[in-house]
Amino acid sequence: MSQHKKTLIAAATGLALLTSVNASADTTLRLLTWGSYAPDKVVQMFEEKYPDIKVEVTFSNNEEMISKLRATRGAGFDLAQPSHDRIHSAQLEYNIYKPMDLSKIDLSNVDTTLLDGVKANTTIDGKVFSVPHQWGTTGLMADKTIAPDFNSWGDICDPQYKGKTSMRLKRTILLAMAFDMGEDPFAAYSDLNKYQGILNKVTDKLIDCKDNIKAYWKGGDDLSAMMLSGEIVGSETWDSTAFKLYNQNKNIVFVPPKTGALAWIDTFTLPRKGKADDAAYKWINFVMSPEIIPLMSASTGAVAAVNGGIDLMPDDKREALKAAFTPADIKNLKFFANIPPGVEDMEGKALEKIKAASGS
Amino acid sequence: MNHAQKRLAFLLLFAPFFLWILLLIVLPHIGVFILSVKEKVGMGVYEYGLGNYIEFFNEPVYWNTLLRTAVMSIFVTIVTLIIGFPIAYYIAKIARQRAKAGLFLLCLIPLWVSDLVRSFGWIVLLRETGIVSSFLQYIGIVSGPVEFLYNDATVVVGLVYTVMLFMIVPLVTTLDGMDDSLIEAGFNLGGSRLTVLRRIIIPYAMPGIISGCIVVFMLTAGSYLTPILLGGKNSQWFTEQIYEQFITRFNWESGAAFGVLLLIFTSITVWIGLRLSGQTLSSTVAKT
Repeated sequence: MSQHKKTLIAAATGLALLTSVNASADTTLRLLTWGSYAPDKVVQMFEEKYPDIKVEVTFSNNEEMISKLRATRGAGFDLAQPSHDRIHSAQLEYNIYKPMDLSKIDLSNVDTTLLDGVKANTTIDGKVFSVPHQWGTTGLMADKTIAPDFNSWGDICDPQYKGKTSMRLKRTILLAMAFDMGEDPFAAYSDLNKYQGILNKVTDKLIDCKDNIKAYWKGGDDLSAMMLSGEIVGSETWDSTAFKLYNQNKNIVFVPPKTGALAWIDTFTLPRKGKADDAAYKWINFVMSPEIIPLMSASTGAVAAVNGGIDLMPDDKREALKAAFTPADIKNLKFFANIPPGVEDMEGKALEKIKAASGS
Repeated sequence: MNHAQKRLAFLLLFAPFFLWILLLIVLPHIGVFILSVKEKVGMGVYEYGLGNYIEFFNEPVYWNTLLRTAVMSIFVTIVTLIIGFPIAYYIAKIARQRAKAGLFLLCLIPLWVSDLVRSFGWIVLLRETGIVSSFLQYIGIVSGPVEFLYNDATVVVGLVYTVMLFMIVPLVTTLDGMDDSLIEAGFNLGGSRLTVLRRIIIPYAMPGIISGCIVVFMLTAGSYLTPILLGGKNSQWFTEQIYEQFITRFNWESGAAFGVLLLIFTSITVWIGLRLSGQTLSSTVAKT
């Protein structure tokens, strides 16, 4: 190939690159969401439908979402997906979100119970800050051949499973144990002194429980590894993790605890200094459309907040879900209540005490 | 070159270093310090005060964790030194010139993969149903599965493995510069192996030992992933505490105070180490 030709080809490639960059760089939608909440396939389909929008995804969790947005005062992202109970106080304290324009979202098929619940949780001065995306629960999972009676939060601390159980040392388990001890922690949110009393009891219980636990799990992966290898027989878990394991071992089932599984709704919320609101609304409508929901649910294992969301789950997940929940269990779900300011600090101290207490 | 040109050349050479120190080291530390002396008195209302520091000393959980981190870091440093010294001596004094590069490379290999992957490697090896436990059962040494993961010993092993190179490099550099005739002279004058090691080699290598120890101690005390992933339900590391304050509890003020305390604490430890060994920073870290 002559030098001349080479130059020509190089120039042509360069030009092609330039134009392609230009074509796709009109708007960038910067998503701040949970791992698996933006599967490659869905992102690709979205970019095909809206060629002028490019999607950038950052995976995170509730606490990090708030911390990231707090650090930039709400800049750097165009759409976030915090859980419904973590929006009100974060907005009051750090002013990191902006109200939603509900007229831009197709709400016709959204489950009204969940929508009203999220609206009630996230309305400040008459302005709504969030709409629901998907919901799921935290409950128990057990290997039913070894631990058939594993069905309450307290069973994690049952000596007959000594060294064979696990939990995540986060606020969820504090609330779960409070319910197990017959308290209603959400009702006590309005009276922080009373809540501290409940927390103290729960802290003592979980310190006693430490001996019984093999290790605290930190993410879905290490929990799966412990459960699949049989190193533990029962644990606190996200339902989606349990459903994934059910696919690999039908003996591992999700068990809604006697006192009710704890339910969360992940939302769509706009960061205050987001720059691509229109693209964000397009994304919301896109992923809530009936064609995309099965793809999304297959990736997340969570149920879309639309009418008949459970039926839009992929077959294996729907089967696992229906095996786990009776209609009575669904009724018994305990949705997380808004966290009032100050509670995070109290719960954080309780968790520190538990972690620091020396078990065996 | 006239005077003005020399000055310009100096400024241009100095500028990148100066900017790096100022923008990435000094300014953030000032920011963290200012944050640490703020106290939250209400929603979005802050006041200056030492409340965050007082809170640290009033809550045994916090300073116990700091002490634990310090004690374990010192232990890791000592273990690394004990393992690293013979290796460094072999590389510097006994191995032939061509083998040296290869041996150095072997020490470097662990750093080619990220912290995270390395920790997961340990997890795969050491878990109850992992490779080591299965192997021990297979050859009949133990009858049931053994859990090696989730305890402090594993954390120490993981950390030693990670920081070994930072001990070996300064040691090799120092020992390399030692004239072999010094050792020969020691033997000729009737010294035993132990005497030669104690009176000649170690004193000569002291700057390398100290600078290696300083780097290893700092890296260990500030590490995050290894202690979190390998540690069990009772193990706590101070960096985890800082992360918790910043991220989980949204308490940046007290997280910043913890950061400052960690910096002060490690600095004091290093200073004590230097005093005890009769070395100075310029004779150790600056030299190698």
